[in-house]
Amino acid sequence: MDVEVLSRIQFAFTIAFHYIYPPLSIGLGLLLVVFEGMYLKTGNKLYEQITRFWIKIFALIFGIGVATGIIMEFEFGTNWATYSKYVGDIFGSALAAEGIFAFALESGFLGILIFGWHRVTRVVHFISCIMVFLGSMFSAIWIVVANSWQQTPAGFHIVGEGMEARAEITDFWAMVFNPSSVDRLIHVWIAAFLAGAFLVLSVNAWYILKKKHLEIARPSFKIALLVATLCSLAQLFAGHRSAEGVSINQPAKLAAFEGHYDSSAKADMFLLGYVNQKNKTTHGISVPGGLSFLIHGNFNEPVTGLNAIKAEDRPKQVNAIFQFYHLMIAVGVAMIVLTLYACIQWRRKKLFDQRWLMIVFVLSVLLPQMGNQAGWFAAEMGRQPWVVYGLLRTSDALSKSVTANQVLFSLIMFMVVYLLLFILFLYLLNKKIQHGPVDYGTKEQIEEGSKRDNPIMSH
Amino acid sequence: MFGAVISGYAILDGFDLGAGALHLFLKKEQSRRIALNAIGPLWDGNEVWLVIGGGALFAGFPVAYAAIFSAFYVPFMIFMMGIIFRAVAIEFRSKEQMAWWRRTWDIVYCVSCIVIALSLGLMLGNVAYGLPLNEHKEFAGNSYSFFHPFTILVSITTLALFMTHGALFLTMKTENRLYAKLHILANNFTVFFVLSFVFTTLYTLLYVPHLSDYFKSHPAIFIIPIIMILAIANIPRQVKKGKFRYAFISSSITIALLLIMVAIEVFPNLLYSVSAPQNSITIHNAASSAKTMKILLIIALIGTPLVAIYTSFVFWTFKGKVKLDEASY
Repeated sequence: MDVEVLSRIQFAFTIAFHYIYPPLSIGLGLLLVVFEGMYLKTGNKLYEQITRFWIKIFALIFGIGVATGIIMEFEFGTNWATYSKYVGDIFGSALAAEGIFAFALESGFLGILIFGWHRVTRVVHFISCIMVFLGSMFSAIWIVVANSWQQTPAGFHIVGEGMEARAEITDFWAMVFNPSSVDRLIHVWIAAFLAGAFLVLSVNAWYILKKKHLEIARPSFKIALLVATLCSLAQLFAGHRSAEGVSINQPAKLAAFEGHYDSSAKADMFLLGYVNQKNKTTHGISVPGGLSFLIHGNFNEPVTGLNAIKAEDRPKQVNAIFQFYHLMIAVGVAMIVLTLYACIQWRRKKLFDQRWLMIVFVLSVLLPQMGNQAGWFAAEMGRQPWVVYGLLRTSDALSKSVTANQVLFSLIMFMVVYLLLFILFLYLLNKKIQHGPVDYGTKEQIEEGSKRDNPIMSH
Repeated sequence: MFGAVISGYAILDGFDLGAGALHLFLKKEQSRRIALNAIGPLWDGNEVWLVIGGGALFAGFPVAYAAIFSAFYVPFMIFMMGIIFRAVAIEFRSKEQMAWWRRTWDIVYCVSCIVIALSLGLMLGNVAYGLPLNEHKEFAGNSYSFFHPFTILVSITTLALFMTHGALFLTMKTENRLYAKLHILANNFTVFFVLSFVFTTLYTLLYVPHLSDYFKSHPAIFIIPIIMILAIANIPRQVKKGKFRYAFISSSITIALLLIMVAIEVFPNLLYSVSAPQNSITIHNAASSAKTMKILLIIALIGTPLVAIYTSFVFWTFKGKVKLDEASY
């Protein structure tokens, strides 16, 4: 395999693994603010226990998120040196802003959140909790801005030619508020809230099934269900807005989403299907003209198809993009159905009576994760063959001095290490969940050891 | 500005890396836990400076960012593994009681801190010494180009300095016998550091002429190495007196001055090309547009005071000696 393929696999692998964690931190951050806010308002010890429990899980998730995230920042330089030179003027300021405004806020106050229970007042602790949540939200802003700029570049001009060409910033705010950043940011935020809410739902559903910690599990479940329901519904609109943006800014990507080739025809909207890339046809269950309707409000209006785009400017893996896109939508619909059904049961006071519903909720933690991954794969593969849409091709963006063997070495290293990391993560997560939201043991006998008489060098 | 960020990172992460690197010198479970919890709430915040530094280099000098990281591909990947394993080891160690579990993570933690310190030093050494670059300002050497007596000496000196720095930090955080033990360790590491520093300096003067040129032409700048030597000399003096706070400040100053020295030696290059000096990456040909520099300055002007305020708030919250409680690692 060549350097390009290996570097793309490595980037996709490391970013996909990383992206398991940040949405969970953002979503859990929101729920922590809610839980601790309830504690502050009601003074009910129950909410303190809930908060403490989820802070421990938050810390675990955050730790791995940070470790895998630092890799991402430097991978641009190691594997995509030409890209880095090309976009540094623009992309770099977003990353620097992320570091100083967002990440610093989050990691600084996390220390207080985890270790500060006895050292600061309840109000200060709650403020720290809000700061950590805001930090994770700000992080998302800058990262989505940077990525959106790659999708819909704005506020720049090109300096130099050939190998020396690079984008220079002309208007900072036009760069930040590029045509896709706001829609995509909202889409990403809501998806992250869903990831956090469904984790809380899943863990508490499991407690309810096992009839453990019921006095804690039931209220936690209800709060999380409320968040999940609101966010699933909101995501319908946010997702729609994002797709509209794609239809205007990246017609090739939208055409790939629905496997739409013929520009003169109305575009169908598929529920399920597959794209035959050789014959340039798409088969499956579809709403005829559905895509035309969503974009133009008219079932017969033609939509730009892949055939209208030059072959070298088209994404290649149309079927994969199609499948990822439809998986994301299916997951979104499933979350709406599930949460609405649960809310109806809640109104009828039968929420916790049906075992099968709780089993579904235990498994439901995977839904937002699948949705996040599929959505990003569709968005990023749909952007190909460009790394900066319409400006820089992925094949031109590589590091010239890095060899295929070096990338292979690091890719294998990442795979081994991340696999190990993932196993450990699941093991510890499971352990914390098994332990449950109860008081954490008695204080250890700390003073004992230091009083005994033994030589200094044995300490 | 980038220099300030890097110094900030080295001083702050320097003490927790150093504390990690000497971790295996601590023998008792209790001691190790106290040492871990001394840096527990702080290391994460310190690592932020690495992220900010990376972002600032990316934004301010994209050409240098691209050349440095693609050139240091393999050492950098190993550095990043160190970063991952350190974070994971701190987080996971306390999650099980078994002795083998804890011992394994202790070793992982200590080794990854040493690896991080050594590879940081190696990169610093290479930045100071220069690398082969081609006319596109891209790296044109191979994996062995990094290893050179000079860069290895810088690497070891960095580790020694971090260990001294870390030991001094821990003395401020501990009491009783652990404190006495760290007192002895701080002494030993100081000796280790001074020796390796002297070797490196001699080697530089004798064999790496392009680094001392700038000093020879601008004698006024000799004030910096003189202050640095005074700061270094002050470390054992304060350690002897038991004034670890002052010793810690001295070692912080040493780190900052050492980096400033490297910056002056290298100036105006960011990455000197040993194969053909005209291919060097300088602050002029690598810089971003004036507009971006202005944006970065504004970001820094708003961000740095904010970060400084809440970082000091966090440090203040966790001031004083470490006491273990149920939330501890």
